[in-house]
Amino acid sequence: MSILIDKNTRVMTQGMTGKVGQFHTTNCKAYANGANCFVAGVTPGKAGQSYEGIPVYNSVLDARKQTGATVSVIYVPPAYAAAAIDEAVEADLDLVICITEGVPVHDMLRTRYRMQGKRTILIGPNCPGLITPDEIKIGIMPGHIHRKGRIGVVSRSGTLTYEAVGQLTALGLGQSSCVGIGGDPINGLKHLEVMKLFNDDPETDAVIMVGEIGGSDEEECARWIKGNMKKPVVGFIAGITAPPGKRMGHAGAIISGGQGGAEDKLAVMEECGIHITRNSAEMGKLMQKVLKG
Amino acid sequence: MKIHEYQAKEILRQYGVPTPRGVACFSVDEAVAAAQQLGGSVWVVKAQIHAGGRGKGGGVKVAKSLDQVREYANQILGMQLVTHQTGAEGQKVRRLLIEEGAQITKEYYVGMVIDRSKQRVVLMASSEGGMDIEEVAAHTPEKIHKVWIDPVAGLTDAETDDVARKIGIPATALAQARTCLQGLYRTFVEKDAMLAEINPLVLTADQRVVALDAKFNFDSNALYRHAEIVAMRDLDEEDPAEVEASKFDLSYISLDGDIGCLVNGAGLAMATMDIIKLYGGSPANFLDVGGGATTEKVTEAFKLMLKNPNIKAILVNIFGGIMRCDVIAEGVVAAAREVHLSVPLVVRLEGTNVEIGKKILAESGLPIISGSDMADAAQKVVAAAKGK
Repeated sequence: MSILIDKNTRVMTQGMTGKVGQFHTTNCKAYANGANCFVAGVTPGKAGQSYEGIPVYNSVLDARKQTGATVSVIYVPPAYAAAAIDEAVEADLDLVICITEGVPVHDMLRTRYRMQGKRTILIGPNCPGLITPDEIKIGIMPGHIHRKGRIGVVSRSGTLTYEAVGQLTALGLGQSSCVGIGGDPINGLKHLEVMKLFNDDPETDAVIMVGEIGGSDEEECARWIKGNMKKPVVGFIAGITAPPGKRMGHAGAIISGGQGGAEDKLAVMEECGIHITRNSAEMGKLMQKVLKG
Repeated sequence: MKIHEYQAKEILRQYGVPTPRGVACFSVDEAVAAAQQLGGSVWVVKAQIHAGGRGKGGGVKVAKSLDQVREYANQILGMQLVTHQTGAEGQKVRRLLIEEGAQITKEYYVGMVIDRSKQRVVLMASSEGGMDIEEVAAHTPEKIHKVWIDPVAGLTDAETDDVARKIGIPATALAQARTCLQGLYRTFVEKDAMLAEINPLVLTADQRVVALDAKFNFDSNALYRHAEIVAMRDLDEEDPAEVEASKFDLSYISLDGDIGCLVNGAGLAMATMDIIKLYGGSPANFLDVGGGATTEKVTEAFKLMLKNPNIKAILVNIFGGIMRCDVIAEGVVAAAREVHLSVPLVVRLEGTNVEIGKKILAESGLPIISGSDMADAAQKVVAAAKGK
């Protein structure tokens, strides 16, 4: 098992006829069971076309009806990304992963509002996607650094996730699933929800949680972990040296009004029983140590 | 993206929020002419910089004659205004706002931000006008009243009346408060703001509710649909290095250390700064070259870092991901040659074709120090910066 996706997941690409959508769909298709998983593309007005044998449909609903795909991955440009999420939610998909970076925050506020009471799960925007090693990868992460195993990874950052995964793999510790929840202030799944999924997954033994400055997601997750998590968690927060009031690359990575600093997050995480490190090069080693007890 | 107070008030007026009458000025003569044109006998001379705390720093003065307007305008224009938000070097004042004086009987605070946990716009209001809201939040949080706004219903009359009463706006002025708060909310949503503050919102002696100061920060990802906001951008208020970086789609932030960092990805870039600090060094910048670290981008990134006279060493930390390390290595070598790199360079590469990448660096003839992982690279660059 794994969380959210596995080799039986059927995926459509929204933004299929764009350069980015095609590049990453090709890569995802080439990974593990990808050739069977990636079954449809969506670009309005381009129905009847195909890309590498994957048929393109005008709408998410058409793609779903014709292929049975219940998951979508979005690469459409930022101005249209929120509408693409809305369409996937309207089509009642199980899961939508929005890779697009630079979606206006107010667009996401409206989209999240519309999602209330709907069952569709959103990951992102501004995220690398997610992967269940040796089964399926949906997103832009490098497949080859992963290895199948029993460690879950959840992170707000793309390359820092790769860093954590790379360290785990180098130590022979494989991953059950790795989820990039994205660096935007208004997004879908947060650390907390992903942590709950890992807690319930019988094939995950422990979790690496990578956070960064801004907001209070990590603290909320940590407080839940304290009372509920049955598995060890290793945590790292990026941005100890970040100055307040500056947006550090990610739209959501900002210390504002004295809130969201790395040391505050680390203090709460430590207090809640998370094994924290201040050294990003030590995430894997710390996990190894924790597992050995 | 931030704008000046006078620009924020221009926008608020379009949404029906009353403000004092005022004129933006770029010279002392303009300031005096503006005061004459406004009429009356009391004027406020206000420094226009993007940082807050201008009053305490001597950037806001009340003038009771045209001569005083001239005197204060002369003092403030061109000064290095130091506030708690500018840093010790301060910010040069290049623009003034001359406003008619207002007789204030009570000051309030109103602001809006996006609540990330609740995923709503939140209105914050307090009876403690003119105070730094962070101070109020820290010491007397019970004085801050919040309304989480439903995006479909908007900010309702009932909500504004309720919050206005709570902060002590008299019953006779509730309708005016409603106009101000709803106008602020419409501005916030329609202009894609991330933060808005009217501090203070005041009740005047003649019972009018007026926005005496105004501050906005807009979502840079939404500027494509707001040419009118982009036109208000004042590059003098921004760090030149950050402005230059944005031209090349690089995300750059100046820091006060001596080790330049060039990294792909925001999270990894922050973690790189942190690990330099952890090993006893000090990062000179945050620099995210993004997913596509092309030769051109890497070259521009080197140029930017090297403009900083404090730089003693550079650390390049790239987790290749889907990008191939050999391509990145070629980019780094080409960039280092083009800028005639004169400080030690430590490179850590990870990802596809990493061995070929390392070979390209080793055979370049350039004095590049290779780091095997983040810890090794950080230790090497800290040592190099210390001349070891």
